Amino acid sequence: MNHSALSVVDHQRALFADGMLLECGMTLPQMEIAYRTYGTLNAERSNAILICHALTGDQYVAEPHPVTGRGGWWEMVVGPGLPIDTNRYFVICSNVLGGCMGSTGPRSLRDAESGLPWGTDFPPITIRDMVRAQKRLIERLGIERLFAVVGGSMGGMQVLDWASAYPENVFAAVPIATAPYHSAQNIAFNEVGRQAIFADQDYKAGRYWEDDSIPARGLAVARMVAHITYLSEEALTRKFGRRQRSTDAAAGISSPFSDMFEVESYLRYQGSSFVNRFDANSYLTITRACDYFDLAAEHGDNLSAAFAGSPTRFCLISFSSDWLYPTAESRVVARALNAAAANVSFVEIASDKGHDAFLLDEPDFHRTLAGFLAGCAEHAGLA
Amino acid sequence: MPDGSDSNGVRYVAKNMRLDLRLIAEMIPAKTKVLDIGCGDGTLIDHLFRTRGCDARGIEIDMAEVTHAVAHGLPVMQGDADSDLAQYPDGAFDFVVLSRTLQAVERPREVLRQMLRIGRHAVVSFPNFGFWQVRWQLLWSGRMPMTSVWARPWHETPNIHPCTIRDFFVLCHEEGYVVEKWLAVDEAGQRAPWRRFVGLANLFGEQALFQLRKA
Repeated sequence: MNHSALSVVDHQRALFADGMLLECGMTLPQMEIAYRTYGTLNAERSNAILICHALTGDQYVAEPHPVTGRGGWWEMVVGPGLPIDTNRYFVICSNVLGGCMGSTGPRSLRDAESGLPWGTDFPPITIRDMVRAQKRLIERLGIERLFAVVGGSMGGMQVLDWASAYPENVFAAVPIATAPYHSAQNIAFNEVGRQAIFADQDYKAGRYWEDDSIPARGLAVARMVAHITYLSEEALTRKFGRRQRSTDAAAGISSPFSDMFEVESYLRYQGSSFVNRFDANSYLTITRACDYFDLAAEHGDNLSAAFAGSPTRFCLISFSSDWLYPTAESRVVARALNAAAANVSFVEIASDKGHDAFLLDEPDFHRTLAGFLAGCAEHAGLA
Repeated sequence: MPDGSDSNGVRYVAKNMRLDLRLIAEMIPAKTKVLDIGCGDGTLIDHLFRTRGCDARGIEIDMAEVTHAVAHGLPVMQGDADSDLAQYPDGAFDFVVLSRTLQAVERPREVLRQMLRIGRHAVVSFPNFGFWQVRWQLLWSGRMPMTSVWARPWHETPNIHPCTIRDFFVLCHEEGYVVEKWLAVDEAGQRAPWRRFVGLANLFGEQALFQLRKA
């Protein structure tokens, strides 16, 4: 599969011909947001749940992915009878602004005349820009108030930002495995990934699209590093230990750097499968947006001011073995919400699967999410 | 507010609610804002919401209990009475409840101060260490008492700050708290008839319940 595999898929999109002013001061002359919906919007338009995806996620939450053919990234959570029950709720998920699955981003055409993509000229965007684009989308869909906004990791940052920017439009907020700002460690890992992309000759200063190539090696290394941060040491040990691949060992390959350990082969697979579904400039743009995120900084370094008087019901969920967005960072949010006298539930789920746990089969997590939403539905008077 | 007080389900829950929780629930007026510290699985806040329309929230240290409560739709956060009260704003609640937890916190005096800072009233229940069986066991056997309330051996117990009803009155006096209501109950759950006499309550009351406010 080459780069064009990303381009040929026809995504469901909303076009905003008047564009959008970004936080950086630049204006996107026009904006498209690709999205998917599941379930049915009720007559009162009160049962909508917005799902915010993570860094490399997209809008294909609960259905096979059109590029990879794999199941939806949250198919264990979103669907009929599942924690986010599509028999009951109308679920919306959009590809983030700056993404590469149909929403306006570095791969999008800058203007119709030139026929050239934005590439590295795409303006820097922020989590707030992503959220404002989502706000435009839900308005377009005729929804004034969301019953809930739910998301993990970078999606959780969007949830926090939604609740802070539009408290009256969010009845319930579920930020999962996330943080109110990107820590130095988070930024450091992102920077390693970005430098890997820059170092790839095929990156061509961001103009790799000119000859339809992709900086596959750099992007793959970026993904490999990131993937390590999504797992825990226990999970890596449990899955791979120090096991070596028997085929290569049997073949008597003498190079010390051939596929030796299973964990290496796993990471290489993760890296190489990623490059076919993700655009390098998008990866750079979105990781930067995460790095910029600091909700307290926008409120005089007082995080609770970001939620002052909030009517939203919050449920913070973290995972015990997540060292990328550790429980301590969720607790910072919980305490800030307490200081704002907001309604907060806060649970740390015991799991040895690391940050990735929010995407995996974690029954306690799924029960917590389902129960919280059901409780909120009762308070919201949802039938 | 869904008025569930007449439904059999709620009555059933209330009947089976721990004695001190049932008594606390009777002290809390409808539609008030309540924080239950050490809320366990959230029985009391659920009861207060369903029967009285209270905005009731909980803090619980045990993660399994928190998960259970949130999975039942209750607003409960994992936290610790010793460290997670300081960030709440002054006067955020009408009632702050601490049921059978005072004896297990590290700094009971500070926890009470925080409760009366963030709430207009504090409701505190604790097992009375002055109960005659406790005194008798220590006197007779010379060993740390074990009763249905004080059920764990001294080296396993989380109850690091046991006190008697008299002790608690003294603390309230020292801190300048007004005791708005108090009562002692015996092991059968009956309100003790000796309620007007602290000395008798301290001897025959197995559990104590206080409602305080700042002077």
